[in-house]
Amino acid sequence: MTNRTVVIPGEVIVTGEKFLPGENTERKGKDVVAMRYGLSEESNGLVKVIPLSGVYQPRKGNVVIGKVENITFSGWVVDIDVTENAFLSLSEVPRYVNKNSMSEVLDMGDMVIAKITEANKKSIDLTIKGRGFGKIEEGMIVKINSNKVPRVIGKEGSMINLIKEETKCEITVGQNGFVWIFGEKIENELLAKKAIIFITEKSYIDGLTDEVKKWFEKEKK
Amino acid sequence: MTKEKDTGFKRTDGRKFNQIREMKAKVGVVPNADGSALFSFGDTVAIAAVYGPKKMHPQHMQNPEKGTLRYTYNMLSFSVTERIKPGPSRRSQEISKISEWAIEPVLMIDNFPNAVIDVHVNILQANASTRCAGINAAALALAHAGIPMKNIVSSVSIGKLDKQLVVDVSKHEEDWEEGEGATDIPITFTPNGDITHIQLDGKIETKQLKEAIKLAREACKEIYELQKKTLKESIKINEKK
Repeated sequence: MTNRTVVIPGEVIVTGEKFLPGENTERKGKDVVAMRYGLSEESNGLVKVIPLSGVYQPRKGNVVIGKVENITFSGWVVDIDVTENAFLSLSEVPRYVNKNSMSEVLDMGDMVIAKITEANKKSIDLTIKGRGFGKIEEGMIVKINSNKVPRVIGKEGSMINLIKEETKCEITVGQNGFVWIFGEKIENELLAKKAIIFITEKSYIDGLTDEVKKWFEKEKK
Repeated sequence: MTKEKDTGFKRTDGRKFNQIREMKAKVGVVPNADGSALFSFGDTVAIAAVYGPKKMHPQHMQNPEKGTLRYTYNMLSFSVTERIKPGPSRRSQEISKISEWAIEPVLMIDNFPNAVIDVHVNILQANASTRCAGINAAALALAHAGIPMKNIVSSVSIGKLDKQLVVDVSKHEEDWEEGEGATDIPITFTPNGDITHIQLDGKIETKQLKEAIKLAREACKEIYELQKKTLKESIKINEKK
């Protein structure tokens, strides 16, 4: 694993023209300076800061889980736990919807898995076209810190696949920190939930996937 | 420290003229907040809690061009020997506004239109320099909340007791009456040495004011080191299982 150090805003991470400022960093003269509190990482000359706190920043292509807040004449307003409400347009629903009975497809208070198609300063647009998207009918939802989402997913999904295998649950991790767990038995869902909370608490450990494997062995005895 | 020699001036609490009271700092003291910090100068204790960025409410206060910083300074009723009336006062509103201006230059809130960052600063115990302790705590809490910032600010108050400059005034020194009386100068710096806030209550010569700024700059370096240490030590990476 690459070497990581804790940096604070305004701190010089590296000095030199050959380094490129990445996410949450800025170039100041010859130095690359951190703009957020977190862990700095340098690979192939690209320097970035991984934030450990802060609210979720919506990005195009992210899968999120949200709650339907309102129904308008042309779509649904969805709260995805960011400053701006997201909008799910009627045309982004994969089947025909009667305008007079939109609440049959998605009602207020329903939880929905969606993908961000457009995120700018003014608005966030969602779609539920595609496999795995749409209204959540059963299972449970866990809220975690959105900064811990990459750890829960793991490198190329190694962590989430491990949990899926061990618990035989279907899991969707929303980038905004909501995690949907659906299993055959409630015990499996609870085990998956416990595992996810374990990961968020131990997120600084090196080789976390192995650690979680050991944890599962212990839990299953 | 500064080239200025020690004039042998004795402060009532036995400190040297350029000595700050014992400082304490801690982050993550308010679990419900997005970021929080405690900062103290001796008996002066401030707690800052940061919430947001969140949607500004009411809607007419939203700024579609950039985010808003909302700083609330409050002295708790038991923070001083004589109970003070709780709630906003003329003094606390002024300090809130001043502290907001002290922090805003380092905050990068352009990317949060229509949003607000709430900073609540409460003074648990007051023994002068409360606004400085508040600003120091708020800077820590904002960084802890993961808000993009250009830098962290550090604040200290310089006092002029008769003709002698001192760093980090206490309540006793603030009420100095001999000679020219007391002058209180709270100053806020970025680690680069830029001033983001300066106030002056009393009278002072231009030449001596320059000296005061020099003194404050040295003191703020010390405070910045503590802030840096506090933030860095609050995360233990690769801790052994």
